[in-house]
Formats: sequence, C-alpha cells, structure tokens
Amino acid sequence: MTGVPANGAALLLEDVHKHFGKNEVLRGIDLRVAPHEVVCLIGASGSGKSTLLKCVNLTEPVTAGRIFVEDEEITSPRIDPNRIRRHIGIVFQAFNLFPHMTVLRNITLAPRKVLGTPKAEAEAQARDLLARFGLADKAEEYPDRLSGGQQQRAAIVRALAMRPRLMLLDEVTSALDPELVGEVLGVIRELAESEMTMLIATHEMSFAREIANRVCFLDAGVILEEGPPEEIFSTPSNVRTQEFLHRIIAAGRL
Amino acid sequence: MPGAGGLDRLREASRKHSLLIASLSTVVFIAILVAFFVTAPGAGRVQDAFFSPGDFADSASPVWDGFVINIELMLAAEAIVLVLALVIAVVRNLPGPASFPLRMLAIAYTDFFRGVPLILVVFIVGLGVPALGIGWLYTRNPFIYGLASLALVYSAYVAEVYRAGIESIHTSQVAAARSLGLTHGQSMRFVVVPQAVRRVIPPLLNDFIGLQKDTALVSLLGVLESARQAQSYAAVTFNFTGYTVAALYFVLLTIPLARLTDYLVERDRRKMRALGG
Repeated sequence: MTGVPANGAALLLEDVHKHFGKNEVLRGIDLRVAPHEVVCLIGASGSGKSTLLKCVNLTEPVTAGRIFVEDEEITSPRIDPNRIRRHIGIVFQAFNLFPHMTVLRNITLAPRKVLGTPKAEAEAQARDLLARFGLADKAEEYPDRLSGGQQQRAAIVRALAMRPRLMLLDEVTSALDPELVGEVLGVIRELAESEMTMLIATHEMSFAREIANRVCFLDAGVILEEGPPEEIFSTPSNVRTQEFLHRIIAAGRL
Repeated sequence: MPGAGGLDRLREASRKHSLLIASLSTVVFIAILVAFFVTAPGAGRVQDAFFSPGDFADSASPVWDGFVINIELMLAAEAIVLVLALVIAVVRNLPGPASFPLRMLAIAYTDFFRGVPLILVVFIVGLGVPALGIGWLYTRNPFIYGLASLALVYSAYVAEVYRAGIESIHTSQVAAARSLGLTHGQSMRFVVVPQAVRRVIPPLLNDFIGLQKDTALVSLLGVLESARQAQSYAAVTFNFTGYTVAALYFVLLTIPLARLTDYLVERDRRKMRALGG
C-alpha cells in the first residue's frame, strides 16, 4: 500500500467527503484519534456527526478521502468491509437490538457466527459482560421487556462482545428518558476508564466535558474547532462554536 | 344516579338486549334466504339434484376418498411453496450488480406465474411437460403434474408475501447486524427472515386457504380428487349431490384455518397496540 501516514493512530480520517446527491454532508474531515483516546463530536443536528460515524463503520461509502484504522486503509476498494466492521463496535441511538432474540442471543450471535466462538464460550463471555454492566439477570429476557436504559446497555455489551478495537457511539442517550441517561453514561465512563478508544457523537455537553480527551465541533460538514474540553467549552475561539454553546446553555443543557 | 349494583344490572340488561337483537336478526336473515330458494320456480328440481339425502349418503364415501387426495395435494404443495417462495423472495433481495440476472429471474418468475390463470398452468404443465419427452420430467402420474402446477403458481404469490415481510423489517436491524460483521446472507438468515416470517404468517395462511380450494382444479388432469369423484358420481346417477358433499368438505377444512388466521391477526394487532401504548 502506498503512503501510510497513520503512524500509530487508532483512527485517521484524511479529507473525507460525503455527498448524498447534491447534498454535501461531510466537506473535508481531517481527524486523528490516538489509541485509548476518547474524542467527542459535538454540533447541531445535521452537522454530519452521524454520517461521519457511518463512514468509519463503512455503512456509508465515502465520496472522497481516506480512512485508516490502525495503519490499514479501510476505504480501499480491495478491503472486505465485513472484516473491518468486526473490529469496530457501533452503538446506535435507537439501540437496534434484535427483538426476536433474548439478550443473551443478541450478544452471542456475532461472536458465534462471525468469529466462530463456540457457544458455551460465547455465552460465558456474554454473561461476564452482562454482569459487569449490571444486567446479569436480564440474559434470558427479550429486549421489549427491558427499559430503554437497559436496552442501550445491552446494545453496548453486544458491541463489546466482538472485542472491538474502536467503539463508535452515535447519540446513544438521545432516545432515553432523562432519568435513564445516567446509567448509560456510567457504562461509557467505565469504558473510558478501561482505556477503550472511542469516537462519540453526543448532545450531552457536560458528559463530553467530563469524559473527552478532545472535543471536535462540527458545523455544516467540517470540523470548525477542536481541542481539549476545557478550552472548547470555556474559551471557544470560533464564533460558530460560541453561538452553538450559547444555544446549548440557553436550553439548559450545559 | 344508580349505585354500583344498579349499574351492573343496567349493563347486564343491555347485554341481554344486544344478544336478543342479534339472535332475532339472524333468524330473520336465514328465513328470508330459505324463502328465496324455496319459492324459486325450480326449487323442487334443485333440491332433488343437489340436496338429495339418499345421494348424500351414497356419495359421501367416494367423494371423501377423493378429498383425501385434495388434502395430500394441499400438504405437499404447501411444503414446497414454503421453501421455494422463500428462496425466490431472498434471491429478489440479493445485493450487488453480480446478482442482477438472478434478481431479474425472480421478478420474471413472480410476474409470470401470478399473471397466468392456474387452470392454464395446470393444462400446460399437465399436457405439455410429458409431451416434451424428457425422461426425468416424465411420469404417468397426473398427481405430480397437478402438484407441480399448484407449487409453481402459489410460490409466486407467497414469494410476494415473504418479500413484503422482508421489506417491512426496518433497515436499522440490518445496519445493526452488518455493523457486527455479519455478512448479507447471515443478516438475512438470523435477523431479517425470522422476523419477516413471523410477521407474514396471517397473509400466508390466507394464501394457503386459496391453495386448498384450488387443489380441485387438478381434476382436469384426471386426478381422482373430490371434485372428480363427484363428477363420476353425477355421471352414473344423474345427481349432483356429490358436488354439494365436496363443497361441504372444503368448507369444513377451510373454517378452522380461517379462524386460526383471524386469531393470529387479532393477536398481532393486540401486540402492536400494547407496544404502541
């Protein structure tokens, strides 16, 4: 492969563009996530946060630019996307658990079918993870019997069961009742403490401030400003960032 | 204002009232229907030809022997249709440019066999295929050609039912499956198809009620099923009561299946409402 500029980054985006027809959703994203780093993407709805995560997960093909995961260019046409997705965990706003399977089967499906882990081993791992995130007694339940917070925690466990090298979280608390947000944020906090590399799109500003090593402000498909959370939230230099944060503060979310 | 006991009595009275009206209107309705037929100029002749008690008893057994073949046809055809239709529906949903010809084939299949009347398919398959002179396609048994006709036509209908089910599964389910590294095939097999099949059971049973009745068309090839047996009986005795007997058998077989379909539809609706609330 020619020119590998990734040099140790867990994730590297180089001038990534994404168009949906005439609609330019991403207009040249450059982003580097170091191993064990937690990067939060903030910005208004429609600024391109979700699309960026989908591009990294290869759910949406990029229009232009390159994406590297641990020195491997995943946007290369020669890449098998299934192999890449195995090692990148993604958690969605709407949980997307499989409603016809128990929590345990939701979690063991991919390890068994994709990685070929024997059933007993996959189930033991799943039960360990469930216990770690306070869901030990929910293994045999179907998703619709769980609260939103429990479903989202189960969805996080499902992603973790693949032992991902990188986790993408797409507004994972946006669909939750306010009183259930805390338990999900607690899980993410624990992941951060266990040094999981994460790219998080979020509207939870105080959480981003607490957990992120770096915050990127997206606006109309470009990263307008990035830096340590103290800097972005206290002394943002860009006018658009300032406006966005003012609106957030006015809405009582910071 | 009545007390709680008074209210209960009122409800009870109202319930009895509704029951009385329902019974009365049913009796009146049936009376009108019977009167219509009994007062028809040819009522006596029709009664003798179609509802003769003696012929009813005589034809019940041979027509039943034929009806057993209808049931065999139905069960065998349903087993084939369940599998073949799913294959067609899955093929139609294959991704990628390489599967274009397969997708086209699946579309052509469903368009063709939904378009051609079953009676014509029965003739074409039953008379045309043996004439081809291909050894492995030849059999002296018309049952097989009848079964093949039913399976071909109903697979096209049921494939569309499956397809509707597959397409009704939200794309976020596929996104979740693919993001875990599952291939398209694995996502279909473990995530989409199991949910889709559950969702389409009622319309699928509905198509099977249709198939059940259409097994009578196989009589055209000389299979001695119930309609054919009734025809033989009529040819010998000049009495059509055998047809009435056959009709009765079909209705008796359809009713349980129809009620089961109703029950499943109602259960689904309740479930949806429970989730919505």
